[in-house]
Amino acid sequence: MEHPAAPLLALAGIDKQFTGVKALIGAGLNLYAGEVHTLMGQNGAGKSTLIKVLTGVYTPDSGSIVFDGAAISPRSTQEAQAIGISTVYQEVNLCPNLSVAENLFIGSYPRRFGLVDWRAMARQARALLAQLQVDIDVTAPLGRYPLAIQQMVAIARALRISARVLILDEPTSSLDEAEVQLLFGVLRRLREQGMAILFVTHFLEQTYAISDRITVMRNGEREGEYLCKDLSRIDLVNKMVGVAAPQAESAAAHAADVAEQPVLLHARGIARKGALAPLDLTIRQGEMLGLCGLLGSGRTETARLLFGADKLDAGAIDIHGRAQAFGAPRDAIAQGIGFCSEDRKHEGAILELSVRENLILALQAKRGMLRAIPLRRQQAMAADYVAWLGIKSAGIDTPIGLLSGGNQQKVLLARWLATEPALLILDEPTRGIDVQAKKEIMTFVSGLCRKGMAVLFISSELPEVLAWSDRMLVLRDRKACGSYRRGELDETTVLQAIAGQAA
Amino acid sequence: MSAAARMRTWSASPRFTSLVTVVLLLVMLGAGGLAYPGFLSEQVLFNLLIDNAFLLVLAIGMGFVILSGGIDLSVGAVLALSTMLCAWLLQVAHWPAPWVVALVLLLGAAFGAAMGALIHYFRLQAFIVTLAGMFLARGLCYLISVESITIDNPLFVSMSRTQLPLPGGFISPGALVALAVLVAAILVARYSAFGRAVYAIGGNEQSALMMGLPVGRTRVGVYALSGFCAALGGVLFAFYMLSGYGLHGQGAELDAIAAVVIGGTLLAGGVGYIAGALSGVLVLGAIQTLIAFDGTLSSWWTKIVIGALLFVFCVVQRLLGASKK
Amino acid sequence: MSGAKVTAALATAAPTPTRIALALGRLRHPLARPLLALALLLLLDFFLVPGFFHLAVKDGHLYGSLVDIANRAAPLMLAAIGMTLVIATRGIDISVGAVVALSGTVAAVLVGGTMVIQNGVPSYVSRIPMGWALAAALGAAVLCGAWNGLLVAGLKLQPIVATLILMVGGRGLAQLLTDGQIVTVYYQPFFFLGSGYLFGLPCALFIVAIVFAATALLLHKTALGMFIQAVGLNPVAARLAGVRTAALTFFVYVFCSACAGVAGLMICSNIKSADANNAGLLLELDAILAVTLGGTLLAGGSFSLAGSVVGALIIQTLTYTIYAMGVAPEVNMVVKAVVVFLVCMSQSAQFRRLFMRGRAA
Repeated sequence: MEHPAAPLLALAGIDKQFTGVKALIGAGLNLYAGEVHTLMGQNGAGKSTLIKVLTGVYTPDSGSIVFDGAAISPRSTQEAQAIGISTVYQEVNLCPNLSVAENLFIGSYPRRFGLVDWRAMARQARALLAQLQVDIDVTAPLGRYPLAIQQMVAIARALRISARVLILDEPTSSLDEAEVQLLFGVLRRLREQGMAILFVTHFLEQTYAISDRITVMRNGEREGEYLCKDLSRIDLVNKMVGVAAPQAESAAAHAADVAEQPVLLHARGIARKGALAPLDLTIRQGEMLGLCGLLGSGRTETARLLFGADKLDAGAIDIHGRAQAFGAPRDAIAQGIGFCSEDRKHEGAILELSVRENLILALQAKRGMLRAIPLRRQQAMAADYVAWLGIKSAGIDTPIGLLSGGNQQKVLLARWLATEPALLILDEPTRGIDVQAKKEIMTFVSGLCRKGMAVLFISSELPEVLAWSDRMLVLRDRKACGSYRRGELDETTVLQAIAGQAA
Repeated sequence: MSAAARMRTWSASPRFTSLVTVVLLLVMLGAGGLAYPGFLSEQVLFNLLIDNAFLLVLAIGMGFVILSGGIDLSVGAVLALSTMLCAWLLQVAHWPAPWVVALVLLLGAAFGAAMGALIHYFRLQAFIVTLAGMFLARGLCYLISVESITIDNPLFVSMSRTQLPLPGGFISPGALVALAVLVAAILVARYSAFGRAVYAIGGNEQSALMMGLPVGRTRVGVYALSGFCAALGGVLFAFYMLSGYGLHGQGAELDAIAAVVIGGTLLAGGVGYIAGALSGVLVLGAIQTLIAFDGTLSSWWTKIVIGALLFVFCVVQRLLGASKK
Repeated sequence: MSGAKVTAALATAAPTPTRIALALGRLRHPLARPLLALALLLLLDFFLVPGFFHLAVKDGHLYGSLVDIANRAAPLMLAAIGMTLVIATRGIDISVGAVVALSGTVAAVLVGGTMVIQNGVPSYVSRIPMGWALAAALGAAVLCGAWNGLLVAGLKLQPIVATLILMVGGRGLAQLLTDGQIVTVYYQPFFFLGSGYLFGLPCALFIVAIVFAATALLLHKTALGMFIQAVGLNPVAARLAGVRTAALTFFVYVFCSACAGVAGLMICSNIKSADANNAGLLLELDAILAVTLGGTLLAGGSFSLAGSVVGALIIQTLTYTIYAMGVAPEVNMVVKAVVVFLVCMSQSAQFRRLFMRGRAA
């Protein structure tokens, strides 16, 4: 599609800073009418912040937003909507207990003699949905329909409020293949009608299926804007994660060693509906298995299944050859598995508790309630780990919430190391941490591997995974697509593997 | 959708749970009619309404609150306070009856609105605010008078004594008022923006907020409505008992909640019909009447049966909700 | 991150101070505020009531207003101890009053006290050995707690809903057992619990002291205290760290009802009868108030057992003070309600922000 004269919506030079964190640095975006424009980037790249600025949830520190030639600065979602910018979120944000028709008209019902006119509402609702070629019973509760249909309803609502810019924030994360095609059909029709569509997604294939234009964000900046047909998959992945010079850490000998070790964990065909397609995975004692792929490819889902945090819908997990059934993380922990979640703040650290308490929590839980770890031993342990991992904290009794991200992560790492696990699952352990701390953590973990601890290492930073892993498993769009030994992949080939395309 | 799945979705809808209550009511009445002679006379059924008119009004107000996702534990106490205020203003201050009723209703609404404001604007939990409100209302009640005050105001007395003839028996003005309130409430719930906002907020407050609904105003309004209904229930109770007393309506809030839940409204909010308040109240009344007719069971069984019914309905609601995911 | 969460986060985001800092404030001075409040009340009484602090020993028993207040507060202190753990795990139990009534009723019905003449001297014997009666009463209380625990931890009902069911049904059960009548107990040894004296002090205080000591020991010498805090502050993280969140939740409800059961026995023993209609009425609000006054957060996490005991004492002293001031006892309810409102608001982030904005301006 040839690009028209001027963008319908143009953001330029957007800066946004939160206490100490620069979320957006001179970011920009150009949306053209009659185009599907995909915004891509890893977590922390600034995609969601940019959208929140666009829809009035955040006010930018500087920069301009120009809509149809006029400068705007929406201060709320309602204002943005009134201007003509509508957003459909991943969770749809409608009321599932109300009927489809009612959801379309909340806030502005058709009236008759001052009373809500249900019949007119149903009639108009059917007409609206017909525009999207959706034909359902509009008087049934929204919650009865699958998410894909609910999204159609959300889109129809956005249309009714006469949107000219439609933003879809990760709409396909919970959809299956057929539903995704349904959605794309609607988007193509809207595109033909002249709508400017901003599509945010992690899924590589979908991006290439629907987009006309792609903007890549990285570290709060706009890395670049490209026409879809001009950008290959490899280049796209490269731009998103970048490949800096990998740290030279030759450990080929160890990798060969490990290949001889007994199998610690063997997962056969593990799967979970909507999260992971059947996957096989093997980890040997003392092995560092790197799990790589883009965000949304199923890495965290795999980790959670191995740890018992989520229930398996299919498949089985063997530890030392014996089949296990994990009903809760407790069971996995009893088998010697530890898990450092990627969401430190909500799933890892208990912010109000002290460093010491956070540190000994998993060990204490493993020992049970009655065998309390004496305070002196707790203090000694905490002091030891603080020293070993270089945790910077005012003291072991400071609440962990006051520590920096990197130091919080080290405490959480210590939490699991204290349980002396046979297998440690690390999900994005170095995200949001400075280079020095990253190196310290990975060196430490690597050292533990030499001593026999197995590690499942999940990271978006490809150089890291390449440098430290003995073996690598590549995931793409929730499926495994290749297993490689150390040395079999280099920067180029790993991108190929992830992008699923030869150079 | 497979037959089983269709069955499951239908059983999860509010129509099903409300239908279950009506069936339950008919079964109870039927069983009573078979077991006890004279049970199915019209007057017995009218008495269900007459004796529980005040509870019906309470349940209507409570229904709105629960639909919005909240709870109001103060309605029994506000009922007592209303009876006490009526009694005191009539008997001691000698105010004319219409003014008394008007003031009491206004105060009830204001009380509710104040609680609603605290709950919304300070993000306090509804149960603790209304629990404290319950304490406050009953305390105020006793402050006015520790003993019961008998009402002999002619309007109130006539309201108490009047029997409006119906085929087969009679009904009281209070019951008529309650039914009128029910009809109005059903219309408001179904056809007004306020009513629809209540459902939306109960369904998903965040979404309602994002879609531009006036969540704060609606929440304050819902509790004001509940306070108003509690006050009106108090007035009806005063008609019925002709006295104001601090011990009136003890436990009425729990009866109201039970009536609403048994009537098919989800305690989590967003799902249910206001009309369910009627079927719920009638079921409660039927339990009491059945026990009274039996004569051998002590009346304490009422509370236990209500507790058991509440349990069953709550668990079923939870299981159906869980299976939907 | 989705827009819904953003709005929610923004709606509650306070620029400063953070929730952590405020929680810190509480952790640093857990008992300061409640003790201060209690001290002020006692001071007020000192001026109002001549000889308020006077203690005398009569017949080997210690007498005085202070002893009186402590003695009357004993059942509430027990209920507050139990309630503390429940609230710390982000739950609530509004059925404690019903459990009090039920346990007292079971004990009274089983003990009763029929008169027999032995050697020409009338004396009372209990229907079944008192030990069994007490055990049955406590057993009933524990069953109630298990019921609540099953509903909350197992069926995942909201705590207010789950305990509401027992609040309605439990009292009905007690009323059924006694047919709504007051059951008088005539068996002498039974009165010791509520009105007896041990080493000069009321027996009830010893019971409270024992329960408090045992609970504090359990909380601090085992990992229970830390687990409860973890579950209350961040149940997701606690579960991922391997804490038995479901079992813990079940346990705290059983414990709360057990405490209520002991309180019920105390009350029954004190008034020498079981009144299913009125025993423990509105005790749940008093218990919740005592716990929040003591510094435990309603949102869960940080808690203080000693604070709850002090909170119970504050409430009892308040009742006494109002009585001493010659004000009608009904004012008590109004005052309590106002205090609850104030305490809740002071714990609300919105209120603090309002307050601080006012200060800054």
